[in-house]
Amino acid sequence: MKILVCISNVPDTTTKITFTGDNTQFNTAGVQFIVNPYDEIALSRAIELCEGGKGTVTVVNVGESATEPTIRKALAIGADDAVRINAAPRDAYFVAKQIAEYAKSNEFDMILCGRESIDYNGSQVAAMIGEFLDIPSISIIKKLDYDGSTATIEREIEGGKEVVTVSGKFVASCAEGTAEAKIPNMRGIMSARTKPLQTVEAVDVPELSKISKFETPAPRGSVKLIPAESAEELIGLLHTEAKVI
Amino acid sequence: MSVLVYVEQVEGKFKKSVFEAVSYAKAIADQQGTSLSAVSIGNVADSELNELGKYGASKVLKVEADQLKNFVNQAYAAVIAEAAKKEGANIVVLSNSFSGKGLAPRVAVKLEAGLIDGAVDLPTGDFSVKKTAFSGKAFAITTLTSANKVIALNPNAFGVKENHTNITIEAFSPEVKSSDLAAIVKEIVRATNKVSLPDAEIVVSGGRGLKGPENWGMVEELADLLGAATACSKPVSDADWRPHSEHVGQTGIAISPNLYIAIGISGAIQHLAGVSSSKVIVVINKDAEAPFFKVADYGIVGDAFEVVPKIIAALKAHKG
Repeated sequence: MKILVCISNVPDTTTKITFTGDNTQFNTAGVQFIVNPYDEIALSRAIELCEGGKGTVTVVNVGESATEPTIRKALAIGADDAVRINAAPRDAYFVAKQIAEYAKSNEFDMILCGRESIDYNGSQVAAMIGEFLDIPSISIIKKLDYDGSTATIEREIEGGKEVVTVSGKFVASCAEGTAEAKIPNMRGIMSARTKPLQTVEAVDVPELSKISKFETPAPRGSVKLIPAESAEELIGLLHTEAKVI
Repeated sequence: MSVLVYVEQVEGKFKKSVFEAVSYAKAIADQQGTSLSAVSIGNVADSELNELGKYGASKVLKVEADQLKNFVNQAYAAVIAEAAKKEGANIVVLSNSFSGKGLAPRVAVKLEAGLIDGAVDLPTGDFSVKKTAFSGKAFAITTLTSANKVIALNPNAFGVKENHTNITIEAFSPEVKSSDLAAIVKEIVRATNKVSLPDAEIVVSGGRGLKGPENWGMVEELADLLGAATACSKPVSDADWRPHSEHVGQTGIAISPNLYIAIGISGAIQHLAGVSSSKVIVVINKDAEAPFFKVADYGIVGDAFEVVPKIIAALKAHKG
């Protein structure tokens, strides 16, 4: 079995988000980059499915050379090898097209992504890869079992879950529950240095969208404190002042 | 040129988020000086389809093939793309629901369209749309430069707006490839008595301050009285006190209800990221220094086990 896991290089979750160039560029100064947390879940499940010599896990990232430390982190977690498609990730369509082109010339039984990246919050790449390859894609999954030919997948739906089976190749985007994110151990960190990391060139993709500006949310007004002894006053305030109940 | 909106049905009914997507799509159609068509897939009664006219759709394509009874995004995307071609629509609007997230990207690829998901406002000038980014810590104004455009609207971002229009229902049966139905839905489990979190207008959320899963009774009671969904912080779902599907925050679900009540949650940056676009935030925490108070509209510094029962009693009195 061969599994391809797509990883994004994203700012650490504790990052204070600021912009430069008249709010047109994300300010990367002093920012720690990490493997997108959802992609780590996807990677962890892929590694579990391949345990005991049942298969191999390749991670793919679309990024410039600066993302290599993040790719090495994925190798330290336990991926067998890695591919970096050498291009700045423009938008989800661009990234999905690059990965789909790579997957076309390299056979994989399944392709796993995280449910969304925590930077631009698109949950687009997985389903777009599915469409480019004309294979099923299941978005926002919570459970994935695979018997060697058929996958049984639980997908999140509003107020519940749906169980789906797929035989043959597929793409899935993983949410919490699919696996516990693995933490690299010392052996993993040492071996990551020598695991294969291949670089391939990007294909041309038409531009369909671009980010023209960023905004930060308007600051909230100051908090109105209600003494704990008269907590019941909250209901009146929510009804008459905030008008939300 | 026209606008097409996909109207997701759940057991033959449309939810508020669908009427919201229709209202939003109608506003775009008005901007563009064109009309709005809808496409519905699965079994929906004509009386329910007619409801879409209230919010501005002048036509609905009804796709009812038996094989499309259950949601399979690959097949549904094919149907929506065919509907867009039939209607000459260059703008497709969907709700950014769990299903919408699996659907919109496939529709976008089929139409070679730029896609904005998580839209929170109408397009301006050169078709620039504000969308959430960095898990609620910022917005990205994204411009679609492609001829075809797909937008997935965040729930509670635009609101439902009535716009009475005469609506016609037209049966539509595009061909569906069997390979588009390769994913097979085996089971659907839906808690019918609970408000779903992403759609909820009010959310009551609990954190580690509640000390254990056995103390969630008052959270659920308060939520029931408010018609609210229940949620929790990451440490709570990590400890298996509550299911992962209730975890809101940067690595959980991002929500934007009208009212968010946080009980015993300190307000770590990752949690705030997922909830800060809530319209009104109430924080109940015994620690006056909890960072959550900085973004709250109303705060009560006190022991949740004393404060929450008082609120419940007041709410019962308020409801008479």
